[in-house]
Amino acid sequence: MAIWVNDDTRLLVQGITGNEGEFHALGCREYGTQVVAGVTPGKGGQTVQDIPVFDSVEQARAETGCNATMIFVPPPFAGDAIMEAAGAGIELVVCITEGIPVADMMRVKAFLRDHPTRLVGPNCPGVISPGLAKIGIMPGHIHRQGRVGVISRSGTLTYEAVWQLSNLELGQTTCVGIGGDPINGSNFIDVLSAFKEDSATEAVVLIGEIGGTAEEEAAEWVAANFDRPVVGFIAGRTAPPGRRMGHAGAIVSGGKGTAEAKIAALNGAGIHVAESPAEIGSTVAKLL
Amino acid sequence: MKIHEYQAKEILRKYGVATPRGRVTTDAAEASEICKEWGGRCVVKAQIHAGGRGKGGGVKLAASPAEAESAADAILGMQLVTKQTGAGGQKVRRVLIEEALDIASELYLSVLLDRQTGRPLVMGSAAGGMDIEEVAAKTPEAIVKQLIDPHLGIQPFEARRVARLLGLSGATAKQAAKLVTALVRAYLATDASLVEINPLLVTGEGDVLALDAKMSFDDNALFRHSEIQEMRDVDEEDPLEVEASKFGLNYIKLDGEIGCMVNGAGLAMSTMDIIKLYGSEPANFLDVGGSASQEAVKNAFRLLVSDPSVKAVLINIFGGIARTDRIAAGVVAALEELGEIAVPVVVRLEGTNVELGRKILHEADFNFIVATHMADAAQKVVEAAGGSR
Repeated sequence: MAIWVNDDTRLLVQGITGNEGEFHALGCREYGTQVVAGVTPGKGGQTVQDIPVFDSVEQARAETGCNATMIFVPPPFAGDAIMEAAGAGIELVVCITEGIPVADMMRVKAFLRDHPTRLVGPNCPGVISPGLAKIGIMPGHIHRQGRVGVISRSGTLTYEAVWQLSNLELGQTTCVGIGGDPINGSNFIDVLSAFKEDSATEAVVLIGEIGGTAEEEAAEWVAANFDRPVVGFIAGRTAPPGRRMGHAGAIVSGGKGTAEAKIAALNGAGIHVAESPAEIGSTVAKLL
Repeated sequence: MKIHEYQAKEILRKYGVATPRGRVTTDAAEASEICKEWGGRCVVKAQIHAGGRGKGGGVKLAASPAEAESAADAILGMQLVTKQTGAGGQKVRRVLIEEALDIASELYLSVLLDRQTGRPLVMGSAAGGMDIEEVAAKTPEAIVKQLIDPHLGIQPFEARRVARLLGLSGATAKQAAKLVTALVRAYLATDASLVEINPLLVTGEGDVLALDAKMSFDDNALFRHSEIQEMRDVDEEDPLEVEASKFGLNYIKLDGEIGCMVNGAGLAMSTMDIIKLYGSEPANFLDVGGSASQEAVKNAFRLLVSDPSVKAVLINIFGGIARTDRIAAGVVAALEELGEIAVPVVVRLEGTNVELGRKILHEADFNFIVATHMADAAQKVVEAAGGSR
């Protein structure tokens, strides 16, 4: 079992005619995902390695029955691409694009309130259900099918954690990168709720970082709603306040969003916090 | 991106925010002239990006044009040290000469993003001049909050509510509501990430003006605001950070001794954290980003070894978008170009095309210390730098 991404996923790639879009569309297909269509406005009728390209998501949906999309559209147009996918009724939108203006994401969030579409990201590595399918840019070969769910605001740090798990023969049900932006589609609680419904997920790894209060809210939710083991890690203990640490959302401002406050909240909720990023896997191993 | 107070006030005035009359200058003699225009009494304010200027001696009241000139003369060119500049301070290159107004009371007002709701939030407090963090910590009930619908903008009743909760009434409350409305309009129209008025002034006549103004902007939205981009002042930024930004690198200078080059923000932060766990301190945060070109990596490496406080370098790469062979090729190219490297370099590569990446490193004519996992890498780099502090 897994969440959100599986054998039934029929993937559309928005921005497939760009370098990264094509590279990762093929990467997903190689991993086993059914990649059924691409969209680039103005390039309908072309193909990318046998994948048909359409001018609009609406056309792609009608012709191919795609039910998920992966977005590589450049930042000024990515917000529009998300809304186009939601408008066409795509169930799952995974937005990889980094650098979307906050104001655009406010518009996207308002638009999504009237649509049942689930958004993951932006500024994220995507979603992978090892052995089944992936939507995203993560290296598939480091994953292993199994029983641990992974949720993270980071990309490469997630790979690090997954690699540790896989080397300890702890496979994963699904790994979800929720993204490093201050406004994102799905949050920790959305993913935790889905893992709660997935009986194959026996434990969850939750990787947070400085900035905002999403980890604190997740901790509160876990304490009240989730009785399987959760291992946490928070990046940015050594980050100076007031500076944006690479991710648009990774900033301690006005004394809020510190690693200390997040670690305390996770500990308070009974979540096992790994002290070192090298000990995420071993902390899970001790619990299972 | 941050801008100066005088620039923020220029922008805010366009949206209808009342401010004292003022003009910026780099010349002390001109300060005297401007002071005359304002009726012979003025405030001379150092223009640097850091806050806390008054306490550091960067803001002076002048009772005559002559006083304005001597105050400007003293402030221009000084290394102004505030709690936000660090011990070295920041050189003052411009002063803002503003009319001096009588102060009946000082309030606080700001607009920023509320991340929990994904909406703009107006925050106010009757305790102007104080750090809002301090007010929030001591008396959270004294903070006025009003969430705004970003698409509908602030509604008149919402602006009136803020003014009322700040304890204002009558004509003063009307002026305050107008100012709050203008502030939100400016925030939304310019893709600001913060607009802060501290203090917001109420004069003896009951007029409401922005006595100070601070604005910063969403870097991701600057592409649609060329007039704001032009306000960037690189003199206010760390030279190494300015250099890094030219190459599209995310670099932040820190106080430690281990130079780090990592791909991805989360992994870069964790690498800093684990260096500390192993007893040393990171010299920087450096994310070479997803699609780091060989050129970008080369420049990143050059940047790291040009920092005299760096005693050892840790390269920690987990390849997803950034293929490890590309990174390895960049590192080798940089080393070949730089010639002799005085500091030890620990490399840890993992992920896409890792075999190819490791092969490139092994074949290079350089004595890398190769690490297999993160803890191993941290231990080796701290050792190479001379052990834990």
